[in-house]
Amino acid sequence: MLELFLAKYNYWIVILLMMTGLYIVVARGNLVKKIIGLNVFQTSVFIMYISLGKVSGGTAPILTGKDEIFSNPIPHVLILTAIVVGIATTALGLAFVVRIREAYDSIEDDEIDDAEQQDMTRDLEGRVR
Amino acid sequence: MELLINVVLLGLLGITAIAILTTRHLFVATMLAGGYSLTSAALLVNLDAVDVAFTEAAVGAGISTVLMLGTLTLTRRREKVRKDFRWGPFLVVLATGALLVYGTVDMPAFGDPNAPALRHIVPEYIAGTRDDIQIPNIVTAVLASYRGYDTLGETAVIFTAGVGVLLLLGRRREEDEEAGTRRPERDA
Amino acid sequence: MRHHLVLRVVSKILIPFIILYGLYVQFHGDFSPGGGFQAGVIVAAAIVLYALIFGIERARQVFKPEVLLVIAPLGVMVFALVGYASMVLGGNYLDYDWLAANDTTGQHIGIITVEFGVGLTVASVMTLIFLAYAGRTRDIDDEDW
Repeated sequence: MLELFLAKYNYWIVILLMMTGLYIVVARGNLVKKIIGLNVFQTSVFIMYISLGKVSGGTAPILTGKDEIFSNPIPHVLILTAIVVGIATTALGLAFVVRIREAYDSIEDDEIDDAEQQDMTRDLEGRVR
Repeated sequence: MELLINVVLLGLLGITAIAILTTRHLFVATMLAGGYSLTSAALLVNLDAVDVAFTEAAVGAGISTVLMLGTLTLTRRREKVRKDFRWGPFLVVLATGALLVYGTVDMPAFGDPNAPALRHIVPEYIAGTRDDIQIPNIVTAVLASYRGYDTLGETAVIFTAGVGVLLLLGRRREEDEEAGTRRPERDA
Repeated sequence: MRHHLVLRVVSKILIPFIILYGLYVQFHGDFSPGGGFQAGVIVAAAIVLYALIFGIERARQVFKPEVLLVIAPLGVMVFALVGYASMVLGGNYLDYDWLAANDTTGQHIGIITVEFGVGLTVASVMTLIFLAYAGRTRDIDDEDW
């Protein structure tokens, strides 16, 4: 029982983190909170990949000349670049948030929606006149 | 011992994620996100991914937190509180999570030395790094040599994202107000 | 900013060592954990620390955005040109074996150069992103600290 639990524990926690992130992205209206949620989601994917590459009794994939078992280096490479690309895209997302706030004076999605509606009705009225 | 650290750190991550979900203060959420990154970096060391942990500690806990705080000073610090609990997203998330848990039944056990991902190409990369490239860090060898195309692409993506941010935020706020793309500050 | 004497003195001592550590991570990446991505972020973190302590304006004077804007694509160019160099010398794109008479030496040259290109791009892009954010905020008043 404990063995089964330990064999899948990593994946289950990863799923918990992933779903927490997804819930923040879907259910919270605040744009900054949404991006934090995306980061939580993203990190869970990183842990998932690295967990898949772990070998029990293995060591970090750095050759020392001795005969050793290494954990799988390929997920490490993928995730290493993914982290840096992740921060670059996070920065882009946050830049959008800043511009949205400057244009609509809000970072809550329903308020932005209302402002958009008002702008549209104003445009329509202007056209009628 | 390794396994115990693994279990404890993952538990901590879970608790932090729930705390991020429940807090309404964006500053608190940002700080928790920084702690979350640092904890995950510790976990990655435990999972033998030292290079990745290094990056995560520098990027996630360092630069990312600074950028989030920068955004908060430009926007606001509190999240609007909504009283109504919406069942739709909760049920979707619950269903997706249940399906994913069902999916783990077929996954190889954690730390399994015979996992399919380890059988293919990994032994060749390790042998190739030792015999042909002859540098100790296998991750660097794979990153720069075996998967050079990937890394070139990723570098280009970072550059592109930087250009995107500069296009969005590169001008000073005064210039934007003059150009009319920014609403002037409210008096309130 | 006269109040933060401790912060200023400590960071003045620390920043050169952080940058030195970044260079170590950059060029020792073949032997120990590290490489261009990590080194770039560490150097950028040092610059961010400098900007936070000594003010954005001074940071802009020291690390000019115009220069950083040249360095960022230069890093990608270095990477791509290494690929072309190995093509010119007779191999495939990014096939470092052809960069030197000996295959292993060629690989070493290729990996070091490519990682350097990555480091340049990451460091300059991260700094540029931070400066772009910081350029929009008013400087923090002394009372707000």
